[in-house]
Amino acid sequence: MNLLKQFGRYILMLSVVFSRPNRWHIFWKQTITEIEHIGINSLPIVALMSTFMGAVIALQTASSMESPLLPDYTVGFITQSSTILEFSPTILSLILAGKVGSNVASEIGTMRVTEQIDALEIMGVNSLNYLVLPKITAALVFFPVLVVFSMALSMFGGWLALLVSDLTTTEIYILGIRSFFNPFHITYALTKTLVFGFLIVSVASFHGYYVKGGSLDVGKASTQAVVNSSVAILIANFILTQLMLLS
Amino acid sequence: MIEVRQVSKTFNGQQVLFDINHSFEEGKVNLIIGQSGQGKSVLAKCIVGLYEPDAGQVLFDQRNFTDMERNERSQIRQEIGMLFQGAALFDSMTVEQNIMFPLQMFTKKTRAEIQARTDFCLDRVNLAGRNKLMPSECSGGMQKRVGIARAIAMNPRYLFCDEPNSGLDPKTSIVIDKLIRDITQEYKITTVVITHDMNSVMEIGDRIIFIHQGKKWWEGDRHSIITANNPEIESFVYASSFMKEIRTQLQKK
Ligand SMILES: Nc1ncnc2c1ncn2[C@@H]1O[C@H](COP(=O)(O)OP(=O)(O)O)[C@@H](O)[C@H]1O
Ligand SMILES: [Mg+2]
Repeated sequence: MNLLKQFGRYILMLSVVFSRPNRWHIFWKQTITEIEHIGINSLPIVALMSTFMGAVIALQTASSMESPLLPDYTVGFITQSSTILEFSPTILSLILAGKVGSNVASEIGTMRVTEQIDALEIMGVNSLNYLVLPKITAALVFFPVLVVFSMALSMFGGWLALLVSDLTTTEIYILGIRSFFNPFHITYALTKTLVFGFLIVSVASFHGYYVKGGSLDVGKASTQAVVNSSVAILIANFILTQLMLLS
Repeated sequence: MIEVRQVSKTFNGQQVLFDINHSFEEGKVNLIIGQSGQGKSVLAKCIVGLYEPDAGQVLFDQRNFTDMERNERSQIRQEIGMLFQGAALFDSMTVEQNIMFPLQMFTKKTRAEIQARTDFCLDRVNLAGRNKLMPSECSGGMQKRVGIARAIAMNPRYLFCDEPNSGLDPKTSIVIDKLIRDITQEYKITTVVITHDMNSVMEIGDRIIFIHQGKKWWEGDRHSIITANNPEIESFVYASSFMKEIRTQLQKK
């Protein structure tokens, strides 16, 4: 019952968020700032995580390749497909749910408890539209960039790990990466990314916007935001995979 | 003039406001006074629509605000300035950007006109030249003054101040009070000030309502409050031993 009520509120919130901005130039300026906050600032963690993730996938695959029936390029192929299909879009989004989700929720939550949102409303500003729409736009624009970046770095990390451990040659790894490449998998991955980016920012905004109380409650709200957006990502991942890969 | 008609408000089964009726007059500083937790802020927020009253109406110069849609309300809200208890400055913006914000959002003024208006407002609150400070670099009193500058940027017809001098020293309080009074008289706006500070009451209280237990308990002005024959008012007015002493001295004469 409570869950249903929350969900209804979330949908209502979105209907207010998606209205025409009062001043486009202010909206674009906000969006650029948010791309910096949400996107550019996430590059280091994305780079770090992706490189190591790729490295570990490649090493694990290489270590379990005992069967002589499997061709040498399998390592490259598995690194490629698991990165594109799952690791870059989903794991990355889960990490960003932690970083971006808690940031967004605490930023908006702080504005709520310090009455900055009331100040916006009093001026006649649609505060949801003003605060949330640029964040959602920024996420939709920049999350795909982050994911493509992550894919590339994962494969690079895998290559580096294999080379350092002397498990394969560059030619064979690249052959593996290029074999059975399915462009639709990129479409699938980017679609997931867009959905996850939307969920992270909108769920976090929701928890921040409706926080009641003081800074302690802002902290709780931002934890809730991370948990709920992660759950939303997992569910959406399952549904999108059903829809896109299996039908 | 702002008319409040039979406004009531309940939160989670607990009634906070009971059937409030009042007219706040133009060109006057209208005070809402009372002890903490009696419903003063809730009343102000019901008037400006930050809370929806459960019953009753609010009229801004005959315009029924309560029945309006979001867009129509936005029009009236551009005529409202509000100073919040904690100033509520946008903490990611400089002092100047805070004041410019409503001008950029709602007017078609040029960059130069906006700059001029901003400088004028800053000057009006004695903060000329402090344009580039961040709110976190301002003292409490300065934040309140920036809050006032932002509130008057759009030439409001209505000004709300929630405890404008809470957390300020007595001298700064008086500066803020005088500023509010001067602005009110200069621009003939309808000003509503929430306070529990007797100094402010005596300084600027043109019209006063006393809120107690969510009800309009008493109304009058700064002269009649001294002699009000009502135990709750007396305990509010004469809460400090200083005031008590003065009263005993006066009564001896
Ligand atoms: N958003 C809210 N939800 C529930 N109760 C509230 C809310 N805002 C205020 N109250 C309650 O209303 C009463 C009056 O609060 P308020 O108007 O802030 O007092 P004050 O006169 O000090 O400004 C208090 O008991 C407070 O707990
Ligand atoms: Mg209050």
